[in-house]
Amino acid sequence: MARFMTLRDAVAECIRDGDRVAMEGFTHLIPHAAGHEVIRQGRKGLTLYRMTPDIIYDQLIGMGCAEKLVFSWGGNPGVGSLHRLRDAVENGWPHKLAIEEHSHAAMANAYEAGASNLPFAMFRGYLGVDLPKVNPNIKRVTCPFTGEELAAVPAIRPDVGVIHALRADREGNVLLEGITGVQKETVLASRRSIVTVEELVDDFGPLNRNAVVLPSWTVTAIAVVPGGAHPSYAQGYYKRDNAFYIAWDKISRDRDGFLAWIKDNVLAKGPDAFAAHGRKVA
Amino acid sequence: MTNHTPTEMMTIAAARALKNDDVCFVGIGAPSAACNLARLTHAPQITLIYESGTLATRPNVLPLSIGDGELCDTALTTVSVPEMFRYWLQGGRITVGFLGGAQIDRFANLNTTVVGPYDAPQVRLPGGGGAPEIATNCGEIFITMAQSPRSFVGELEFITSMGHGRTGRERRAMGVKTKGPSRLMTDLCVFEPDDDTKEMTVVSIHPGVTREKIAENTGWPVRYASNVGETPPPTAQELEVLRDIQARTKKAHGGSR
Repeated sequence: MARFMTLRDAVAECIRDGDRVAMEGFTHLIPHAAGHEVIRQGRKGLTLYRMTPDIIYDQLIGMGCAEKLVFSWGGNPGVGSLHRLRDAVENGWPHKLAIEEHSHAAMANAYEAGASNLPFAMFRGYLGVDLPKVNPNIKRVTCPFTGEELAAVPAIRPDVGVIHALRADREGNVLLEGITGVQKETVLASRRSIVTVEELVDDFGPLNRNAVVLPSWTVTAIAVVPGGAHPSYAQGYYKRDNAFYIAWDKISRDRDGFLAWIKDNVLAKGPDAFAAHGRKVA
Repeated sequence: MTNHTPTEMMTIAAARALKNDDVCFVGIGAPSAACNLARLTHAPQITLIYESGTLATRPNVLPLSIGDGELCDTALTTVSVPEMFRYWLQGGRITVGFLGGAQIDRFANLNTTVVGPYDAPQVRLPGGGGAPEIATNCGEIFITMAQSPRSFVGELEFITSMGHGRTGRERRAMGVKTKGPSRLMTDLCVFEPDDDTKEMTVVSIHPGVTREKIAENTGWPVRYASNVGETPPPTAQELEVLRDIQARTKKAHGGSR
């Protein structure tokens, strides 16, 4: 059964140095508050998984938390580069970052394989492209029935999956709605999981057509952190702060500016700082 | 002649390529503007799909990311990302994939991964995202990109997504049944692949653009079709709808861009 904890305790108990950690969210519901807590607790040597590493991974990488990044698209959507990711890959700052690069189809299938307790994922892809030349984890398998060659990648099995959801009920069941990305697969593929939520409720009420419910016994720790996805968004609670995504380009461009921002907005603050962003919209 | 920018001409030419009954997988940025312009002008019934899982979305402003709330709020339904790539893209249910890129070659292969050696890149680009599988699983591919010597290159250092391959013959050799890049709309002209060689060939030049200008902005000797037309200039309606949605978008995102 999921246990309700403070975010500080959840991160302290679930995430260890050197762990494989997937903090997922496909634009929507990105677990920023949890990422900040990982930075505050100074985790090192993490292998970070994420289809679309964006600002929160830029921050973790810039603060030296990650040893390796497994990803399929690393940018600031609609804005441009992730400057801390680029500085790590191009210049080795603050230290060298290993990368394992895939396509979205590969990562989505690999999470699904992990959730399905399969050793690898199979799909029709990686045709005529150069990624297989630089990523030895991309191989091919032959269909035993038709002889068709298909792409194969290892299942993703993180030590810890971290997501942000809309609500938890008092039994520790968790609800997501809207764009649900690969969050269900991430939690089910991971050994341990942390879910931050906007609010704790007695009853979920009527569910949206594409609602995802994770039963309490699939989740390790739940922390109530209103606003915890900011500057990404929580459907029905607050909108994506596109102005912040645009502003991040400038904040992160040079090392000193980045470190100053982290000092003021992460190291000197706690999870409560996110509450200002968590006001529910109509 | 209407008063318009080369970027507006590119977006409008790109929008015109889409049909009312297309099911289109939309890349972010320039493709997103073109696809929504088509929906708001000549193709009101077009189905637009973004890789975040939103099916048949009708955004009122252009999304900054592929997963803005606007896309989900205005969609017929929203599916998970694994389902999007398995059932919808790999399932062969998408007629057109609309892509952009950082670099392109004469066979419309795209690079969005690195400039320079992979292990020690001069520029680390975002990577492929959905493009490697969009490129081979959609019925055909449209591409829109502004031309420059840096973006239209003689030889790609890295192929992120396959167009017609390094020699133009790779799709057939690999047994890929989809058409691949069938149209490329730039800020200067429109390319289509030659029937035999698959090399991207200019079929239409935008008003006021010269062949010299195209040559200066292309990193290979450009080939022209036997009948090269002039792209019809933007209509007043096309320009008005495009400028309206861009103004709404700028206001909604609250940024200074």
